[in-house]
Amino acid sequence: MDAIILQILNGLDKGSAYALIALGLTLIFGTLGVVNFAHGALFMIGAFCAVTLSRILTFSHEVVDPSRTDFLGNPMTVDVPYLYDFVGRSAGDVIIDWAVPLSILFAIPVMISIGVIMERGLIKHFYKRPHADQILVTFGLAIVLQEVIKYFYGANPIPTPAPSAFRGSFDFGAFLGMQANSIIYPYWRLVYFAFSLLIVSGIFAFLRFTTFGMVVRAGMADRETVGLLGINIDKRFTIMFGIAAAVAGLAGVMYTPINSPNYHMGMDFLVLSFVVVVVGGMGSLPGAVLAGFLLGILESFASMSAVLEALPGINQIVIYLVAIIILLTRPRGLMGRKGVMEE
Amino acid sequence: MLGLTRKDAVLLALVMALALLAPFILNPFPVNSGMAQFNAGYPDLMQRFVIFGIFAIGFNILFGLTGYLSFGHAAFLGVGSYAAIWMMKLLTANIIPGILMSIIIAGLFALLVGFISLRRSGIYFSILTLAFAQMSYALAYSVLTPITGGETGLQLKLNDARVLDAALEQGQRARANLFGLDMTASYDLIAGAWQFTFNAGYYIAAICMVLAFYMSIRIFRSPFGLMLRAIKCNNTRMNYTGLNARPYALAAFAISGMYAGLAGGLMVAMDTQVGPERMFWTASGEVVLMTILGGAGTLIGPVLGAGLIKYMENIVSKINSGVLHDWFYWMPDGLEDLVVTLIYPFVGKGWHLTLGIVFMLVVIFLPGGLVEGGQRISRLVRGKRAKPSDQTTPAE
Repeated sequence: MDAIILQILNGLDKGSAYALIALGLTLIFGTLGVVNFAHGALFMIGAFCAVTLSRILTFSHEVVDPSRTDFLGNPMTVDVPYLYDFVGRSAGDVIIDWAVPLSILFAIPVMISIGVIMERGLIKHFYKRPHADQILVTFGLAIVLQEVIKYFYGANPIPTPAPSAFRGSFDFGAFLGMQANSIIYPYWRLVYFAFSLLIVSGIFAFLRFTTFGMVVRAGMADRETVGLLGINIDKRFTIMFGIAAAVAGLAGVMYTPINSPNYHMGMDFLVLSFVVVVVGGMGSLPGAVLAGFLLGILESFASMSAVLEALPGINQIVIYLVAIIILLTRPRGLMGRKGVMEE
Repeated sequence: MLGLTRKDAVLLALVMALALLAPFILNPFPVNSGMAQFNAGYPDLMQRFVIFGIFAIGFNILFGLTGYLSFGHAAFLGVGSYAAIWMMKLLTANIIPGILMSIIIAGLFALLVGFISLRRSGIYFSILTLAFAQMSYALAYSVLTPITGGETGLQLKLNDARVLDAALEQGQRARANLFGLDMTASYDLIAGAWQFTFNAGYYIAAICMVLAFYMSIRIFRSPFGLMLRAIKCNNTRMNYTGLNARPYALAAFAISGMYAGLAGGLMVAMDTQVGPERMFWTASGEVVLMTILGGAGTLIGPVLGAGLIKYMENIVSKINSGVLHDWFYWMPDGLEDLVVTLIYPFVGKGWHLTLGIVFMLVVIFLPGGLVEGGQRISRLVRGKRAKPSDQTTPAE
């Protein structure tokens, strides 16, 4: 029992990342009809927003510290972040400690503007072109973005720790009334899961309960008619692209403490996220989220030692295997709509 | 001639000439000059040019003609490689059985994957092929280690069976050969300051490529090729005319898988080792880049694309900041540093950036790839206006 709960929990954090990326991909596909292969790169850029912010916060100057001496007996020079000069030492420490969550505020405007620039500058010209061209140009863009990040940040992963308050592990076993320490789970992964639920429900509420969301949904159903009603649907879809980019970026920001960001993390996630989107059904938002969590949990179940003994290597291929089976038995994915991407 | 029209025969002759004279064409700079590092005429790289040329020609038969975008073609290359190295381990270090087996096994594997994947089209097809390739990669890495050697891969070993070969003498290693002709044997022709290397392995691979190219011309011009184009044009209409298009697409898929297998077999013949990373999806992405860059749906495009990418990978990546400073030493100091700083991100380790930018520009402005670029330039030179109807339609 505890092993099963543990695997479900383990699947949740990866599943959350899949679900968030797949949600963004589906938003873009559902609104603009574009298959965005650069979405993984947006996830990666989000993660590097967190790196950038923590670098900005710890940007420091050298100060001679008279109270400490080095081994020659001279006063030691220490690096002091400029932040200390502005807000004082203790407040500065707290801010630096909370760099990752703070990066959310930093990443949202950055990601939305990147998304809008991408849509207006590049993707706009590809609406009339075949899907293969869209895949190819965004694939090229992903390579470019990835190389730019590699140029500025280097090829090595950059550790970005979570706030110290979340660094420990939560004892799930004791919480559920079972033996203590039977199920322990890092706090940050719980935070990540809660965060992704928040974002997902936020997006759904935004589409469901606001006028803007209503227009966007109408545009997804029948773009031409909405345009004929005198609504500037292109502008709204551009904003949706920005929001989708922000969703991917935030998923990346919050993922940094779980996995140190490197320049190719986007591509690693992208391949799986596409599988997730296709399994969920192209163009179906609930499908994308459902499939994201489902495949994340399935993957962690497959890496249980009992399962691995029966079917060696299954943990590596289970997602692809499920994708193949689902695509062959349910051509439109779990919750796909009719007539999407079937030409 | 050979069942080709005049134009195609000229094209074939051109490819043949390029392949045979490659050691001269790729080594335009004297050995000791500063430009010698741009000489691409060393055997290892020339072999890669033609092998990836074969791979891209095969991919083009599927993507260029039927418009099915496969994102998992590296799997067939990998399977072909494994088949070839097993033949060389078990039967003989002669490359013929290995290459034949790699074509057969890759073809069968492609038949299986194609049979399942071709039930869907568009992005679903791409994801299915990607899923199969990633599965093969993951399995080769983990469970199939007894067959694939896992992370270390497979090499020729001293204690391999090689039932058809005579026992090796003491201190000898088994080498890939063609009836005793060692694949690594080369002849250096020294003409003044120039040096040209003629390598046995390269010429065998080049002959394979010319044959593969000839086959692809015949396929492009055959009724079968026409049928494949019809699938790309309008599959629904094909179905409404009462014709089942899937067997044709499946045949194209298997043929392009066999091309990939041949490329994989040749890779093993040239360098007797295999590792699973050959099947990773980035390798599949690379062949897509090659084909599009050169021009999908055109005959010569994939070969050009493969050559360009491999050239960039091996030559542009060699330019480091020292070389750049050498080039711009005649500038005033400050300007020199500025120019070097501006260029540096795009060369050396950053060559992928250049590749990405070039690729994006090609997709945006030249959907027909380099071939279309060449056609436009030749039209400009001849002073004719470009007619939109002449353009090759971009692949679906």
